[in-house]
Amino acid sequence: MLLVELTVAALTLGGLYALIAMGLTLQYGVARIMNLAHGEFMVAAAFLAYWLVTGLGLHPLLALAVALPVGFLLQWLVYQALLTPLVRRAVSPAALEVDSILATFGLLFIVQGIVLVGFGGGYYSYSYLAFPVNVLGTPVSANRLLAAGVALVIGLAIYGVLVKSRWGTAMRAMAGAPRFAHLVGINPQAMAAFAFALGGSLVVGAGTLVSMFLPFSASMGVTFTMKALVIVIMGGVGNLMGCILAALLLGVVETLVSRFVDPGLTLAATFAIFLLVLLLRPQGLFGRAGR
Amino acid sequence: MSLLRINGLSKSFGGLRAVDGLSFEVTRGEVVGLLGPNGSGKTTAMNLISGALRADSGEIVFDGHCIEKLPPHRIARLGVARTFQLVRVLGTMSTAENVQAGLAFGSEHVFGAAARDASLVLLDRVGLRDRADLPASELTYIDQKRLELARALALGPQLLLLDEWLAGLNPSELREGIALIHDLRARGVTIILVEHVMDAVRALCDRCVVMSAGTKLAEGKTQDVLARDDVISAYLGVDHA
Amino acid sequence: MMERINLGAWVVAAVLVMMAVLPIVAPGDYLLSYGINLLQYGTLATAWALFSGPTRYISLATTAFFGIGAYTVAVLGEVLPWPAILLVALLIGSLVAFVVGLSTLRLSGVHFVIFTFGLSELIRQLVTWYEVNVTKSIGRYIFTDISMRQIYWQLLALLALALLIGWLIRRSRLGLALRVIGEDEVVARHLGINTTRVKVLLFVVSAAFMTLVGAVMSPRWTYIDPAIVFNPSLSFQVLIMSLLGGAGQLLGPLAGVIPLTALFEYLSGRFPNYFSVLLGVTFLVIVYLVPNGVIERLRSVFRRRPVALEQKGSV
Repeated sequence: MLLVELTVAALTLGGLYALIAMGLTLQYGVARIMNLAHGEFMVAAAFLAYWLVTGLGLHPLLALAVALPVGFLLQWLVYQALLTPLVRRAVSPAALEVDSILATFGLLFIVQGIVLVGFGGGYYSYSYLAFPVNVLGTPVSANRLLAAGVALVIGLAIYGVLVKSRWGTAMRAMAGAPRFAHLVGINPQAMAAFAFALGGSLVVGAGTLVSMFLPFSASMGVTFTMKALVIVIMGGVGNLMGCILAALLLGVVETLVSRFVDPGLTLAATFAIFLLVLLLRPQGLFGRAGR
Repeated sequence: MSLLRINGLSKSFGGLRAVDGLSFEVTRGEVVGLLGPNGSGKTTAMNLISGALRADSGEIVFDGHCIEKLPPHRIARLGVARTFQLVRVLGTMSTAENVQAGLAFGSEHVFGAAARDASLVLLDRVGLRDRADLPASELTYIDQKRLELARALALGPQLLLLDEWLAGLNPSELREGIALIHDLRARGVTIILVEHVMDAVRALCDRCVVMSAGTKLAEGKTQDVLARDDVISAYLGVDHA
Repeated sequence: MMERINLGAWVVAAVLVMMAVLPIVAPGDYLLSYGINLLQYGTLATAWALFSGPTRYISLATTAFFGIGAYTVAVLGEVLPWPAILLVALLIGSLVAFVVGLSTLRLSGVHFVIFTFGLSELIRQLVTWYEVNVTKSIGRYIFTDISMRQIYWQLLALLALALLIGWLIRRSRLGLALRVIGEDEVVARHLGINTTRVKVLLFVVSAAFMTLVGAVMSPRWTYIDPAIVFNPSLSFQVLIMSLLGGAGQLLGPLAGVIPLTALFEYLSGRFPNYFSVLLGVTFLVIVYLVPNGVIERLRSVFRRRPVALEQKGSV
């Protein structure tokens, strides 16, 4: 049935976008880094998964389990080595924003370049659970279903931790009022590094999941970064729930546009929504940072 | 003749009603003190008048124009200038250039060599003439305050909003500052003064409006208002039952 | 603001005149080709800095406008006379810039960066969609009788015009408004400056130049398709060059263009596969070592009184 097919597609896409966007909103909302290289790490993760699965014969879910901590560590290192010097020399949040945009823009080319050197510009994929499963009478690709499910689990887990746990709350506090973080005993630098790494591991997870059901290429990163940025703005910077909702909304819109208008116009649809949000509610559909 | 009339002005931030149904009038040529304890909404009121913030409801009429929905640059062009609570000078530009920025876009619309001369005149009035070519970031805090005032005056305003301009001054600087404002008043500039320094308020203000928790608590001649029990307890938090 | 510009202006004018006669005096395809490359990046970088320098809003949209210009030529190449094509390209580019500017420049710099980041990708996808679905063919051939020399001279004219406009703006009230906006936009508004209008105006002017460069350059390719013409590394290279020289000075971008054009040609020739990585590394080196640009770094070394470079944003 068309409705089921569309719903699953929308949820899969939305769930994936939610992971990527949550990662970015942690990086931008807490660590104040506007990471333009975000999507590149996702693509790199997809290629890493490809190598683990086809080269080393690992099960894709195992690859995911490997990728998450590796991604965390890598992004933590990126923050310490690349971004901490910028944080130190920034004279204002606006200056840090400009600097981080420039630095991550450069990082974008480096990461994309590395992937290009390793794999070239073509599309890659591997076969995993590529059989249909019956959902409410409609055949749905099993790998998509699994990816959506895992994304949901990870997303909810992260959301729960960030809302319920102490350091999660501390992180959200920092997103809301960074200047006062240290007044309540939060080490802003350590927290920022942690948030950045956590956000990065989410996007690495998303990349691994994507590799399970979508063919990927080195130049796809920019589109994902773009969509993540739009979702973060739409949801309100630092607003996790807003992020998730906006991601699902985008997933729905894209699925509808892809199905009923043209699959080649999905980015245009994203931009159109972005434009509308900018014109009508620039603080985001769901407003200020926090819960 | 009424230069500024505020009626039922309100502004909330989330659940907090920063300004709640504020109403008062300012006559041309007056110096009005806007007083109140911290958090009473004074700076928010100033921001609403200058256009930095947009009111939720209410009206502000300046010189016959309804300005509550106008962007700050339109309000500035109509003749409202202000200083900021936390000094905002244009750091990499020189002292004179800061003033020239005000001259270029204010009511006088002066640019080029004529602006340079006019800026020196204004700097002279605030005592900064000898530091005219220093980058503004190198001025002392007090001098930066003076620069902000000169820049505001460069707009040729009808209404000047001074947001705690006299804060943090030592006694002799305070005397100079008060004298400066007296001079402005003598030249016919209408001023709204947000202040905590009571000596200055008594010396400068004909009338005062006292705010508390976003609303107007009292209004009237300075010595009357400052003697009122409810005003005193608003500041001191003491219950005068 | 140095009023020593008089000497500098004459030097610049002399250089431009020399460059104008160069193809006649020293003919040769390689030199001409190198000159075209230099002028292309020189104009793009100068146009970029025209807007992004004073306002500190980082535009990543260079490719988008360049591509619009080039593609307009591809579409209208055999339909309209050359000057008319340039005019159409100019109008389209300006219109796009106007819409983008109006919707994002009212807001903070981040929204603008995000929008321009995806803009060229968006336009590329739109053009691709149009070609696939409406005209049913992806690539286009460009048949014009524009010679390399004519491309060279047109680019030179554009560069001269960009420098002239940049110079005029700096000395005008508009230039002052831009400086104030770059320092503190809140103060700018309270001084009576319509900051949105100023920003949009500058952005449109900057984009207009970029579009024209793209249009003028397009006869260099005999065959183009959206992927060729909307190449993201162009935005990046222009950004690097402007930053290296310093976007705060009028001639700053050119100071970055000259060494980097040579460097990038060398790198893309010797290490074509690693070009992207090397670009990124070069860029990071510049961002970390000379954030305000080489010229500003030199100036601060030679300045008598050390000035605190406490700027709001370090472009």
